[in-house]
Amino acid sequence: MSRETAEHPAKAGPSPRDERLADAVREVVRVRRTGRARSTTVCLVLSAAVFAALCLSLAYGDLMIPVGDVIATLAGGGDAGTQFVVLELRLPRALIGLLVGAAFGLSGAVFQTLLRNPLASPDVIGISAGASAAAVLAGVTFGASGYALSASAVVGSVLSAAAIYALAWRQGVAGYRLVLVGIGMGAALSSVISHLLTSSDVSVAQNALAWLTGSLNGRSWKQFWPLLAALVPLVPATFAAARSLRALQLGDDTAMGLGSRVERGRLVLIGCGVALAGVATGAAGPVTFVAFVAAPIARRLVPRQGAALLPAALTGALIVLLADFTAQHLLGATQYPVGVVTSVIGAPYLLWLLAGANRVGKGG
Amino acid sequence: MSAEHTLRTRDVRLGYDGHEVVKGLSVDIPPGRITMIVGPNACGKSTLLRSMARLLAPTSGEVLLDGKSVHGMPTKEVAAVLGILPQSPVAPDGITVSDLVGRGRYPHQGWFRRWTSEDDEAVAQALLATDVLELAARPVDELSGGQRQRVWIAMALSQRTDILLLDEPTTYLDISHQLDVLDLLTDLNREYGSTIAVVLHDLNLACRYADHLIAMKDGRIVAEGTPAEIVTASLVTEVFGMRCSVAEDPASGTPMIVPMGRHHLTRASASPVPASGSPVPAPGSPLPASGAPHPATAE
Repeated sequence: MSRETAEHPAKAGPSPRDERLADAVREVVRVRRTGRARSTTVCLVLSAAVFAALCLSLAYGDLMIPVGDVIATLAGGGDAGTQFVVLELRLPRALIGLLVGAAFGLSGAVFQTLLRNPLASPDVIGISAGASAAAVLAGVTFGASGYALSASAVVGSVLSAAAIYALAWRQGVAGYRLVLVGIGMGAALSSVISHLLTSSDVSVAQNALAWLTGSLNGRSWKQFWPLLAALVPLVPATFAAARSLRALQLGDDTAMGLGSRVERGRLVLIGCGVALAGVATGAAGPVTFVAFVAAPIARRLVPRQGAALLPAALTGALIVLLADFTAQHLLGATQYPVGVVTSVIGAPYLLWLLAGANRVGKGG
Repeated sequence: MSAEHTLRTRDVRLGYDGHEVVKGLSVDIPPGRITMIVGPNACGKSTLLRSMARLLAPTSGEVLLDGKSVHGMPTKEVAAVLGILPQSPVAPDGITVSDLVGRGRYPHQGWFRRWTSEDDEAVAQALLATDVLELAARPVDELSGGQRQRVWIAMALSQRTDILLLDEPTTYLDISHQLDVLDLLTDLNREYGSTIAVVLHDLNLACRYADHLIAMKDGRIVAEGTPAEIVTASLVTEVFGMRCSVAEDPASGTPMIVPMGRHHLTRASASPVPASGSPVPAPGSPLPASGAPHPATAE
């Protein structure tokens, strides 16, 4: 390239200019490595915390099992009784919580980064509401349960997202308009859910309501395998699609100038985010506010490192595991759905965000 | 010198939502030179620049990069040759200077080619050229307006394109930072022979820094050429609808426009009817009446 030839007019030893450039390169590399080292450390610490929370939820319960035995059982040892409690009763529930949390966290991080708005998470902009409405409709009206209920939640989230995308489309989709249309869509769908619940039989409505809060109660391997099968292609696809986030984050014009196919990149990312939220909702119901709070927490742990997708997924997993532990064991005799605890964390954050956004006159 | 890439438009018609802004315009951007596009608000200058950067597709006509339609080429191929800095871009929250500048390497990376030492070198060189190396680890949202603009230019530079388009890169900057930015663009042009096209508001700075000046009005080109050739009082009056006189810039020898409004004019400048094409004050207009003695001239 001509630029390189202009830079090195003669090859006669290092000029002061070459040395300045070499110093600058060292500085750039140093800054980049420092940031990456912090990311790596945070991911390792988060992974360790997720594993600790997992062991805690496997050890704790009516039958207390020492953590050492839990780890031994996970490694294939332990007696038959411990094996049954840990591997058959507690492990599927804990793993579903872990995967659901990771999927919500990842989905929230994708949406918030892509739409450049902290309010733009699937549970705020009507995508989870679409999943819920479809699942309640299927459950209450058609008596669906199990896989059929989960599948209708996924279909519902996709339909709702497609409707939001179409309504927000004006020669391309601006993040702000998509958030507003999404919040409206969420409100509309909530009223659909309320209507379905009030017009249905009380015991059916009771079950639907528990599902709507987001619950891991009574989850077994039967629910785990389809969830895993859905996430195995989805998570790598999301990380691959996130490459275009590096350009899209800078705004449409700049991204296009950098050679990114903006609409296509955005559509693929929204598709991944919707699918992640839909699959997670199908498995555990709309565990509220996990997608919403996981990414901001992760971004605070790894500041200035872009989208922080992996930390957001780990944070989401950690939040659901800890919230489910709290809901099961720390709130007295009643076992609450995990969603009750996550809303207690999420709702104040939403209010704080809205208040702050109004003060500075931007964002929401 | 790298004047091998050419950029031109052929009869482009451009508009938004059916409202036509540019009505059939053909222009050649001279390779290896600095071109400045000036004109009043809403004359279509930014629209023209955006279409040349393939951000806006023309309703008819075409934009040709090296003779090929820029809207038909793979967008990454265009991004390897042509960079654009849009008007007042907004950085994502909390992004660092070196991360933002590194995003300029996007078109050079792919699925299997991630970050390399060449990317580090391009970023380092861009930070040096714009004098923001010491800010590399700082978040962009903590910087001053002038620093931020230089960081964005560094982002465009790290893309290492031979053609660089900039849409009002000096907006919101104070006068000394405006000069910094224009000096920087001149350095780039002189050192690497980069082709640079800028939409600029400040006429006098445009006259001083442009090798080639394009004056636009109502989606058409009124005049183009070197500032010395084309800038006259009558041209400025025609394009901006404003009375003025043109003097020689004492610093650079280029044309310097002295605008004239309705007030604060000495009798010497107010009385002679300016060059042809300018509106003659209508009777009863609030220009200083010749009968009333002006305090400054009465002494």
